[in-house]
Amino acid sequence: MSSGFKNRALRSVAAVALVSALGTPVMAEEIFYVSGSVGKAVENFKTLVKPWEDATGNTVTIVPMPASTSDQFGQYRLWLAAGATDIDLYQTDVIWAPQLADHFVDMSEAAKDLAPTHFPSIIESQTVAGKLVALPIFTDAPALYYRKDLLEKYGVAVPKTWDELTAAATTIQEGERAAGKGDFWGYVWQGNAYEGLTCDALEWVKSFGGGQIVEADGTISINNEKAVKALETAAGWVGTISPEGVLAYGEEESRGVWQTGNAAFMRNWPYAYTLGNGDDSAVKGLFDVTTLPVGAAGDTSAATLGGWNVAVSKYSKHQDVAISLALYLAGPEAQKARAISESALPTIVALYDDADIAAAQPIIPQWKEVFLNAVPRPSAPTLGKYNEVSSKFWSAVHETLSGNGSAADNLAGLEADLADLKGDAW
Amino acid sequence: MTASKPAIARDGGLSLQQQRQKAAFWFLAPMLIALFCVAAWPLLRTVWFSLTDTSLNNLYGGKWIGFDNYLRVQTLSNGTVRYKGTLVDPAWWNAVWNTLRFSVVSVVCETVLGLIVALVLNAEFKGRGLVRAAILIPWAIPTIVSAKMWAWMLNDQYGILNDMALNLGLISSKIAWTATTDTAMYAVLMVDIWKTTPFMALLCLAGLQMVPRDIYEAAKIDGINPVKVFFKITLPLIRPALMVAVIFRMLDALRIFDLIYVLTPNSAATKTMSVISRENLIEFDKFAYGSAQSTLLFAILAVFVSLYIWLGKVDLSGEGGK
Repeated sequence: MSSGFKNRALRSVAAVALVSALGTPVMAEEIFYVSGSVGKAVENFKTLVKPWEDATGNTVTIVPMPASTSDQFGQYRLWLAAGATDIDLYQTDVIWAPQLADHFVDMSEAAKDLAPTHFPSIIESQTVAGKLVALPIFTDAPALYYRKDLLEKYGVAVPKTWDELTAAATTIQEGERAAGKGDFWGYVWQGNAYEGLTCDALEWVKSFGGGQIVEADGTISINNEKAVKALETAAGWVGTISPEGVLAYGEEESRGVWQTGNAAFMRNWPYAYTLGNGDDSAVKGLFDVTTLPVGAAGDTSAATLGGWNVAVSKYSKHQDVAISLALYLAGPEAQKARAISESALPTIVALYDDADIAAAQPIIPQWKEVFLNAVPRPSAPTLGKYNEVSSKFWSAVHETLSGNGSAADNLAGLEADLADLKGDAW
Repeated sequence: MTASKPAIARDGGLSLQQQRQKAAFWFLAPMLIALFCVAAWPLLRTVWFSLTDTSLNNLYGGKWIGFDNYLRVQTLSNGTVRYKGTLVDPAWWNAVWNTLRFSVVSVVCETVLGLIVALVLNAEFKGRGLVRAAILIPWAIPTIVSAKMWAWMLNDQYGILNDMALNLGLISSKIAWTATTDTAMYAVLMVDIWKTTPFMALLCLAGLQMVPRDIYEAAKIDGINPVKVFFKITLPLIRPALMVAVIFRMLDALRIFDLIYVLTPNSAATKTMSVISRENLIEFDKFAYGSAQSTLLFAILAVFVSLYIWLGKVDLSGEGGK
């Protein structure tokens, strides 16, 4: 990044010259913002920060990272451990706050007016020992995407339980294949061994009433009959209504199958809504979303709470400017713009009643319901060990889905591993 | 005895030999310093970290805990005694086993294929220079790029491999190469062999070109059959070059990381020693534990290479059998 520094220095010099000529006492800075790139996030970011750049005279350069959150986390951790000054702001996943808290600036003072307008549970998830580590910029809760046209064609109702989903997907898949679409699949989701599988599987387990892996008080609850049933149901999909390759799919791979019109149902995050309605999409206008199914009538639907936040690095040399950008990105103006352009769910409560958002993205007010059923991953009770807990969970699930060992055996093994990892306390 | 020495003695009491050694030392010094900084120092630090409880959030605050990361005995409150640490970690031994399996299979295949390719390229034919350059292309592509490229080719839904095999009638349904545990290792091996065979071919070719032509002419006049010529003449004569090539490849294969990290990062069927130690170092909050695994990886490599050199009597000094 030495050329970056040089550029930065040159630009600052140019800015000083300009400012002194105009007589305005503003110092323009160039700051660096790092973020994973899913869908069109990187392209949209430039438009999103334009108003802030115009108002303050500073510029932001986005440093794109791989879409996989595990890859991002590894890189950020290395940079932060080395005290890198090149990056001023980090876009962080909702689960990272306890693990990276030491390296970020406390924003509770700067955001004392803004924070109370957000959902309290989200602000709480980003607060570690009284320190507001990151400001939420959008939240995420997945939903079930379904093809309206195909459900109508085969006379199937929108599924409410996982069994109904399995039946509907089988009917549609058989029908479409008989009609000559050999690559058509009933249901696509995220089955690769990574953080995304933890999200998917947590939803199955929770919606069957099987708890949330590690409960808020730290007890390990994963080894129970309902969780076993949930995993057995999911394992039954692989190779029947879902391609075997789903075991290597992340969000983008499943969206690929879905958006080319080769799937009847998909589990995905809200970003896929806008992209699915893009001009290059084969399913434009043909689909709708609903809450994820439940295990049996009477259970409640579960959607893993996702969401992204912006944190200011303790090692940044432009902390004031960076905090100003963080406040802008977490503020109503940027959240509204992001909701309209990317169907990203706002974290500011009032925006769910905003008329412009409702007009541009009619699903967002609907999504409030999905969001109310959101279940957090056990990152708060497991603290610094969360990544290992998650990795052990997704490995046990992936083994079960691949047919290596039964769900009951794998979950019993997982329980023992987690107890080992926990030791006396998390 | 004294009479022979003054003949080469110079002023300052240094012999020519000593002077040359002194000069050589000064010429070598920059390289030794560089090597110490980029190889020895990081290695020593990793070994040090493995004996402490360092975490990535606090790199300089680790406390000495001896060999606890390798093996420690825990007595639980109910009196049961259990062993913990890398040396009794099944995930680690799974990774060791994966790495060994990968290394042996890939190096054997690459050596055999590389030798065949080298024999073909050693023959005189038109456009030989062009073919020699072309065959190096897989090796010249950065691993990350070729791994990503193969990941798409191996994709179950849009992958070209499944498409071709289906059209040729070799498989009846699409195979999810990197997803299923049975095929994940084959997928990784396939890509690695594709990528590194050219490297082996090049090293074998260099060995082949050292073999004097007149031996072959003599064999031809005597009417020895070509298979016998290969096993009795070619193979023994290129053995030293081949052994060195195999060491290089083996060292590379034992520390394989990038290809697997891109193709199948979290699959227990392909996780190697490097992949698992990185996981502990960075993903999990176990920097010291990961350092212990890195140290073991180094130790395994060192033992392996020493054994190989000793058993194969490989001469790395380049001075032949003098």
